[in-house]
Amino acid sequence: MLQLGGSAAPAFLLRTGWLILVFVMPEKHPTAYDSKIEGNVIFTRFDAALNWVRKNSLWPMPMGLACCAIELMATAASRFDIARFGAEVMRFSPRQCDVMIVAGTVTYKMALAVKRIYEQMPEPKWVIAMGACASTGGMYRSYAVLQGIDQLLPVDVYISGCPPRPEALLAGLMKLQEKISRERSLRRQKPELVEKLEEALS
Amino acid sequence: MTGQELLPSLEKSLGEKLQRKTEFRGETSYSIAADGLREVAKFCCDELSFDYLVDITSIDNFGEEPRFEIVYELYSMPHASHLRLKLRISEDVGEIDTVSDIWPTANWHEREIYDMMGIKFKGHPDLRRILMWDGYPYFPLRKDFPLEGLPSEMPDVAFTKVTSMEGGPFVTQPTTAKTKDREPRARPPEL
Repeated sequence: MLQLGGSAAPAFLLRTGWLILVFVMPEKHPTAYDSKIEGNVIFTRFDAALNWVRKNSLWPMPMGLACCAIELMATAASRFDIARFGAEVMRFSPRQCDVMIVAGTVTYKMALAVKRIYEQMPEPKWVIAMGACASTGGMYRSYAVLQGIDQLLPVDVYISGCPPRPEALLAGLMKLQEKISRERSLRRQKPELVEKLEEALS
Repeated sequence: MTGQELLPSLEKSLGEKLQRKTEFRGETSYSIAADGLREVAKFCCDELSFDYLVDITSIDNFGEEPRFEIVYELYSMPHASHLRLKLRISEDVGEIDTVSDIWPTANWHEREIYDMMGIKFKGHPDLRRILMWDGYPYFPLRKDFPLEGLPSEMPDVAFTKVTSMEGGPFVTQPTTAKTKDREPRARPPEL
């Protein structure tokens, strides 16, 4: 049953198989029901909560290879603030990052390093291909340029432009946020647990 | 002394090494034989104070003999004058003396020439590829190498295919046509 306490209450299942998590919020929300007890609590889906957390704190791994990196820096600067989206933490260590923004021309010589760094990122991870060169090779149809980073990594969002304006990069980031909010995180991360719960319910 | 006065002393001391002199709009170039390179270069650097090597570049005259041409662009900072040295080597020889001990900047220029054209430099301290990866089997800026590349093995990336040109390369000629007619689409518009 429902339990109120100082910390997060345990989760319980509904018959539909969705997992409901109960949060205890610090402030009171004036609502229709008894705000003294239930004003501190919101109900949501586990997936929605987890996706909300993930999409609003996407820490980018800036794979800034060429000119698009300048626009990436401009997006991180004060005028087109990427910190509004929680993504100002451009840690250059792949172990601490969620999304790799491939900004610039990927040559065959550099493709090896990009692949290695992608493999060092922990799950869940996403990739944004920023600019024409990262999406399809751009204006460099030659022997030395990898024609699109999607030949090596799975790309979630492509942003066109040469270079794309900072607003375009932010729009691409927002599209990635929408994509993340549609994910079925629990089902993908804990498939055996979900199976067991579904079995137990049916 | 000014730049122009340097050249007669060059011709006086090393006249036999210099084969041809061309002048164009105040720029002087000398053609030299490949075996006289180090002597002329040392003289230019030490005596004539051409202490700044601006560039070394290589030209592939495919079909002519000798095939490769190497151009040294020198600049004298005390006298503010330029000088160009050109020499030709054939593909069978394919090797030339290094000048990286005379001008240290030649180190990377010669590595680039080796990488792109395949010309080796005798006495170079570290002659390996600088732009393409180690073990790349071709020399890309030769005239017989296609723009889209040739398939090769890249370790750990496991493939390099030939780039699809999609009807290109898109070289434009001066016309009065609009952009959409000048530059063809890669894919015909769907009907």
